[in-house]
Amino acid sequence: MKMSKMKTEDEVTAAVAGARRPLAVRGGGTRSVGRPVVGEVLDVSGLSGVTLYEPGALTLVAQAGTPVAEIEKTLAAENQRLAFEPYDLTGMLGTPGASTIGGVIATNASGPRRIMAGAARDFALGVRFVDGAGQVIKNGGRVMKNVTGYDLVKLMCGSWGTLGVLTEVSLKVLPGVEAVTTLVINGLDPARAVDAMSRALASPFEVSGAAWTGGQVWLRLEGFESSVAYRAGELKTLLSSFGDIVETDADWRTMRDAAPLHGAEAVWRISVKPSDGPAVIGALPDGCDAMMDWGGGLIWAGLSGGDIAAAHTGVQAAVAGLGGHATMIKGPEAVRTAVPVFQPEAPGVAALSASLRQRFDPKGILNPGLMAA
Amino acid sequence: MEMPVPDSDVLARKARVVERLRDVLPGDAVIDDPSETRAYECDALTAYRCPPMVAVLPSTTAEVSDVLRICHDEGVPVVPRGSGTSLAGGALPTADCVILGVARMNDVLETDYDNRIIRVQTGRTNLSVTGAVEADGFFYAPDPSSQLACAIAGNIAMNSGGAHCLKYGVTTNNLMGVTLVQMDGTVVEIGGGHLDAGGLDLLGVICGSEGQLGVVTEATLRILHKPEGARPVLMGFDSAEVAGACVADIIKAGVLPVAIEFMDKMLIEVCEDFAKADYPMCSALLIVEVEGSDAEIDAQLALIMDIAKRHNPVALRESASADESARIWAGRKAAFSAIGRISDYMCLDGTIPVSELPYVLRRIGEMSDKYNLPVGNVFHAGDGNMHPLICYDANKPGDLELCEEFGAEVLKLCVEVGGCLTGEHGVGIEKRDLMTHQYAPADLEAQMAVKDVFDAKWLLNPAKVFPLAVSEPRRATKFAAE
Repeated sequence: MKMSKMKTEDEVTAAVAGARRPLAVRGGGTRSVGRPVVGEVLDVSGLSGVTLYEPGALTLVAQAGTPVAEIEKTLAAENQRLAFEPYDLTGMLGTPGASTIGGVIATNASGPRRIMAGAARDFALGVRFVDGAGQVIKNGGRVMKNVTGYDLVKLMCGSWGTLGVLTEVSLKVLPGVEAVTTLVINGLDPARAVDAMSRALASPFEVSGAAWTGGQVWLRLEGFESSVAYRAGELKTLLSSFGDIVETDADWRTMRDAAPLHGAEAVWRISVKPSDGPAVIGALPDGCDAMMDWGGGLIWAGLSGGDIAAAHTGVQAAVAGLGGHATMIKGPEAVRTAVPVFQPEAPGVAALSASLRQRFDPKGILNPGLMAA
Repeated sequence: MEMPVPDSDVLARKARVVERLRDVLPGDAVIDDPSETRAYECDALTAYRCPPMVAVLPSTTAEVSDVLRICHDEGVPVVPRGSGTSLAGGALPTADCVILGVARMNDVLETDYDNRIIRVQTGRTNLSVTGAVEADGFFYAPDPSSQLACAIAGNIAMNSGGAHCLKYGVTTNNLMGVTLVQMDGTVVEIGGGHLDAGGLDLLGVICGSEGQLGVVTEATLRILHKPEGARPVLMGFDSAEVAGACVADIIKAGVLPVAIEFMDKMLIEVCEDFAKADYPMCSALLIVEVEGSDAEIDAQLALIMDIAKRHNPVALRESASADESARIWAGRKAAFSAIGRISDYMCLDGTIPVSELPYVLRRIGEMSDKYNLPVGNVFHAGDGNMHPLICYDANKPGDLELCEEFGAEVLKLCVEVGGCLTGEHGVGIEKRDLMTHQYAPADLEAQMAVKDVFDAKWLLNPAKVFPLAVSEPRRATKFAAE
C-alpha cells in the first residue's frame, strides 16, 4: 500500500486537496480499528512536537503526530498530566507504533478516570485540521472556556479521521497527585460489583476509578495524602457489607488497556448506563470474557474462537435494546470488512452523521467507511 | 445593531400562520396580540428590543415538533427561548419570527441516583434541577450567576458555565443526552444514560449552538453527590498583577480549587454595598473556594494561604461560618445586578490565557480612560474568563454606541492575546460581527456547514452567531426554497 509521510500542515493540505482516491489517515499506526480502509496511507506522525506549554494556565498545544509518551513526559516534569487517562491499544492489537495525541483525540480515547475527570473530548480545547477538500480549519483555541461559535472540537473528537485530518490540538491538563490508593473487594459478581461501585460513585469521596475484573472490584482514590487516607477510611465503612476491603498499589493500566483480554481474538468496547452493565454481560455470547470500567458503564468483552461475526451481531443487538453502543476494537480483518464495526445508529442520527461527513469530506476520501458504510 | 429586514411576505401571512399554530396548540399557548408579544421583545441584553410576530408556549415535544413543522412549511423564522436571560441577545426576536418558549416544559422526567443522572424537560430552571435532587444529597454542577432564573434549554444552547466550572466543567461536560426537535419537525434522541457517543459526537456540537441546530426539549444531565463541605477564603492584593501571580502559583502547586473568582475595586465596592459580605477594600480581591471534609478543607486552605502569604496580601481571611460563605458568594453572584443598580452597563465575556491577565487589565484601564466610560472587572480567574462591565448612560445619545466600540476593542484584544470573544455567554447578536476577528472565512464556512445539515433553510435563530453579511447567502435560501 502506498504511503505518504507528511511533515507539515501544508503537505497535508496539498496531499488531501490533490487526492482522488481514499486516504487511510494514520498517526502512530496503533489503532487498526474499524472497517479496514483501502487506500493510500496518509502518515501524519511527522507533524510532531509540543508547541506551547503553560503549566500555570493548565494548557498544552501539540502537533497532532506528537507521541502521547512525549507529552506525558513533558507534563510529568511539571507534575501535571492528561487527566482523561488515554488508553493504549498496542498491547491488545499488537501494533508496533507509538500512540499519538492526534489519534487519541480523533478516537476520543479515555480511560478509567473518565468517570470523574471527563473524556478526551472534555479536555480538547482547540483543533486545527484539514478537511476533505484540503482546507485548513481551526476551531476552539487554547483557553479553558470558549463558546465562540460552534464546537467543532467535539465533533472532531471521536470522528476517527472521517471529517478531517487533525494537524494540531490544544489540551487542558491537570495537576498530578500526591497520593494514590486502590481499594479492592473480592468475590463480587457483576450485579454486586455494580452495586458496590454505584455506592462509591454516589458518595462525596471522589472516586477516580471504579472497575471490575476477575470478580474483583477496584476503587481508586487520588489526591493529597491525608485526604486519600481519610476518603479510603470512609469508603471502607460505606462498603463494608460487600466484603473484606484491602488497599493495594494497583496498576490501573490493566483496566485502562483491558490487559486481561489482550489474548482474545475479538474485543468489544461497550458503553451503557452503569446499571445495565450486568445485563449486557449476561447477554454476551457464550465463551466471552468480560471486565467493567466506569462503574459498570464501560464493558470490555473478549472472545476467542467460534463465529465472531455472529457474536458481534449479538453484542450490538443486546446493546441496541438498552441504549448505548458497542464497537469491535479488535477482530479479524475479514469480519471487520463484513460487519458494522461501530454500533449502527438510529435512522435520524445516521442521516445527520452521513450528511456531516458529506459536508466535511465531499470527495469521500477520508477514512471512508471506517465508522459507517 | 443591524437585524435582517423582516420578511414582508411572512408578515402578510401572519393570520394564516397563527391559525395553523392554533390548530396544534391550546388557545392560551399562541400569543399574537401585539400588547402581549411585547413581553418577548428582548432578553437580558435589554439594549435591543423587537417584539416577535407570534410567541408560542408548547407543553410537549410533540407540540414543539408540530410548531416547527408548520414554521418550516411556511418559511417562518423561529427563535427559541428558555427563560430569556441571555446576555448576548441569543433570544432577541425579529419582527417576522415565531418565538418558541419552552417555559411550560419544566418537569423532572426521571431521577436515577444509581447512574447519577437526571432527565428533565428543558424549560426547568438550572437551580430547580439541583432542587429536585438536593434532599438526597445530590446537585447539578454548572452554576451560571442567573441560575435562579435561567432554563436548562438556554444553558445547553449557550453551553453555560459558572463560578464552579474550574472543577466541574461547563454544561457540555455535564450533558449526557438530548431530545432534539429539528426545524422540519423531526425528533431525534442523541446520547442518553451512557457516556460518550458511539458515532460522531453530535451532542458536542449541539451544545453551544445557540438554538440554531434544533430545539432541545428534554435533557439527560449528570448529577453528583454534594461535597461534604466547602469553604471560601478571601484574599486582597494591591494589584491585579500580584493576584494573577498568586492564582498561577496556586494552580502550579497542584491544588485545584473548585472556584477562583476575581473582583476589582469598583466591583468590590458595589458588591459589598449589595451583599454586606465584609469584602476587604483593595485593588484586587480573590475568592478561592475548596471542598471536602473539614480536615481536607483545612489542609488545602493551609497550602493555599501559604502561597497567598508569599504574595504579600493586604487581606487574607477564611470564611468562619456557613452564613459568611453564603454572603461571600451572594455578593459575587449578584455582581451584575449590583452594578445594574448604579448604571446601565454592558457585560463582556472574553476569555484570555491566564498569563495575560495583568496586561489585559491594564489595557482595559487605558481604554476606560480613552472612552471616558467606567469599567469594573469581575471574572473567573482560574480559567481566564473575564467579565469587564462597562458602564454607560442609555439616555445619553451616542453613549451605547461608544460603549459598544469600547467592548469590541476589548474583545479584539482578548483574541489578539490568544483568547476568544466569549467564554460562557455566547455570541448571539452581541459578538456576531466580531466573529471574523477570531475565525477565518473557511473556519466560519465549516461551522455554517453544520447548520446547513441541521437546518437547511436557515430558519432557526438565523440572524445570530455569524456576521449578517457572511450568513446572507444562506438565509436567502429560505426564499429560494419556497
